[in-house]
Formats: sequence, structure tokens, C-alpha cells
Amino acid sequence: MRSIDELVAAHPFAAGLNDEHLALVAGCAHNVSLDTDTMLCVEGASADMFYLLRRGHVSIEVHQAGRGPIVIETVGPGDAVGWSWLVPPYRWTFDARAIQPVGALAIDGACLRAKSLEDTTLGFALLSRVTQELLERLQATRVRLLDLYGEPRG
Amino acid sequence: MASATEFSVPRSALTPALYRVVARGRETADVVTLWLESLDGERLSFRSGQFNMLSALGVGEVAVSVSGSPSDPGPLRHTVRDVGAVTHALCSCDVGDVIGVRGPFGTDWGVTGNATPHDTVVVAGGIGLAPLRGAVEELAAAQREGAGRVFVLVGAREPDQMVFLDDLAEWEKAGVVVLITVDRPAPGWSGRVGLVTTLLANAGFDARHCRVLICGPEIMMRFTARALNELGVDLASIWVSLERNMQCGLGWCGHCQLGPLLLCRDGPVVNYLEASALMNERER
Repeated sequence: MRSIDELVAAHPFAAGLNDEHLALVAGCAHNVSLDTDTMLCVEGASADMFYLLRRGHVSIEVHQAGRGPIVIETVGPGDAVGWSWLVPPYRWTFDARAIQPVGALAIDGACLRAKSLEDTTLGFALLSRVTQELLERLQATRVRLLDLYGEPRG
Repeated sequence: MASATEFSVPRSALTPALYRVVARGRETADVVTLWLESLDGERLSFRSGQFNMLSALGVGEVAVSVSGSPSDPGPLRHTVRDVGAVTHALCSCDVGDVIGVRGPFGTDWGVTGNATPHDTVVVAGGIGLAPLRGAVEELAAAQREGAGRVFVLVGAREPDQMVFLDDLAEWEKAGVVVLITVDRPAPGWSGRVGLVTTLLANAGFDARHCRVLICGPEIMMRFTARALNELGVDLASIWVSLERNMQCGLGWCGHCQLGPLLLCRDGPVVNYLEASALMNERER
């Protein structure tokens, strides 16, 4: 069985982190298996964890009374789930639900924030990765807003 | 001086041949597939990715890619989206109606008779799967014979706008990796939601040794090529299908000019190294 350190090191989110930073992140992480329909994040709840997905897919949703969950996007292995642990007031703004059995690294956001304050090089490395992932999501969202598939094509 | 053969054109290049609609199928609310047989019984020879000029008699003519496979001995197959007067007339055709066909024209995906041991990744957006359908049929057949693996990644706006659902299921059954995603899920949709680029990273193809065929809106193709490149795919291994205002089909009239290319002749299938700069070209 692989150690937490090895699992963290193998995740794309951690690519390029040095050994010291990997150990610091791994110190805040534990391995979890989640059944289908498990809620990883619930809108308004305290955002104390984030997840690095290793297998299975998760839907990012918003709930509307009378209509149920509206899926905004799905994410899968190699992706990270949850950014609200980074910025006050540390509360989830969307729901995240396992749509399949999910294997993930659950990372304690408060633990990581504290370590980042102590070691700003870790904080910068993490923020760089988070920004990269956020940028990719933002760009994908912008393209989706263009409603490209409505264009004529014969 | 150019020789006569340099100016030779297919027999039907300027005069439409008459074809009868022998079958018709609705793919989505605004997309129809027509199966066509020549009135003179002649079978059209083409390569996957090429297009024909289809005439709705008395209405007009429009470029439409062949959506059938060259190896399919059945009728000629075209899938048309109802977006204007001509395509509306074509989509409204009933079995027994006669339309005009000129072609085939243009470049192809390069898969016809060109099996490779490497992976082939097919990325389609919306009705962009239509010009790729024949290629996937050929690739799936080649994979059964031991050629490289085939990956079909499809994005659509909504689940009910996904074309060729039966084919996607058949290809998956035949061992093709089929991944689909939508922008806007409908109630009950349990599949992926997001841009088609989100399917790339976990699809499982060998990014260092693959060829990629992309067809869809140009912005989607640019983003897909960029994401593929970030995964390690060589841009020279990527082929895209470009579309402009095709009219003559022969590179004579110039309506489809894009930079140095006349897309009815030099396209629609173009290598991404050449296409990438042209895709940012502003039309004047």
C-alpha cells in the first residue's frame, strides 16, 4: 500500500513540489473512499477540507428548491475539488457530490493555511497551483458561456 | 505550362448529379441524416473528411461533409443541420425526393487506407461529429484488425443535441473509448458536464505517439489543440476541419479563401501547424 506522501506526490496538483513541501502537504492529508452520492461540500457549510481526486467523478452543483440539484460541471481524477478553504469566510459556495465511488486525498485546509503562513514558499507554491487550476476552470467556463455548439456547421 | 491533367476535375465537379433520398433519419431537433442513391446507379467514391455540394433544387447549394464511411457499400450518407434556407430544404426532404450532388471535394482525414499502430484521438463538438463519423468507422474497423486504439471524445450543448447516439454505443461496444460531455445537463443526465477539453487528461491515450482529428466550432478546436499540446501532443499530429463559404468546390471562385488556402480545395482538413495562425485570421 502506498503511503500518503506517495499518494500526494503522485497527484497532478502536487507536480513539481519539492520534497519538503510534499511532506508538509502530506502531513495535512488523509486518504478517503467515498460512496456514490456522498457530499464532499455543502453550500454554506464550513470549508475546512479540499479534495484531490484520485478516482471517480464528482459533480459541482447548486441546489434549487423544487428543481433539485443543477449540475454546473463534473470533475474527475487528477482534479481538485474546493477552493473556499483558501479565502474568508471559509464557507462552500457550491455543493460537490460523488456521482461514482470516489477515491481522494482529503486535505485539511486550516492545517495547510497555518503551514503556509509559517513557510511562505509553500504558500506561494500552493497558490501557484490553485491559480493554475482556477484559470483553467475559468477559461473553460468562459468558452462554455459562448454557447459555441449553437454555431451553424453543416 | 500546366498540363491538361493538372486542370482535370471530377466528372461531376460542375454539374450536380441527381440523387434520390432513399432513407431519412432525425438525429436531433434540427439535424437530419439523408441516405442518397444516384439516379444513374453510379456509386460515389470518397475519403473520410471530404464534402459534397448538395443542391436543394430550386433553392440553392450548400457544402455538407459526407457522414458515411467509404467502406460502407450502402447509400451515400449526409448529415445536415437546419440553419438556413438551403439546409432547411434539405432537412425537409422526404424519402423519394431528388436532390443534386457535386463532389467529392477537398482534403480528407488521412485515415482511409492508412492504418497506424498509434492511438487516434477523435474530438468532436456538436455536429462536428458528422464529418468525423466515417473516419471513426474506418478507425474502429482497423482497430479490430490490430491497428492503434481509437478514442472518441464528444461535447455537445445539451444531451438531446448529441448526434449519432446509436453509433457511439456501437463504437464503445467495439472497443473504442467513447467519452461524452455536455455544457448543460438535462434532468436525469448522469454523465460528464463541462467543456470537451476536460475529457482529454483522463482519456488514456498516448499523448506522445498519437494523431488527433478535431472538428467543431473553431474556438473549441483552438482550445482543444492547446490543451492537447499541454498534455504533450505534438501540434503537427493534430488535424482540424475548417469551414468557410464553400461555393465552387474547385478552388476557382475564391469565396472560401483563408490566408493562402482555398479551403474547398486545400481543406477542409488542415494540419494544425498551418491552421493555427489562419484560425485567428479576421475575415474581411
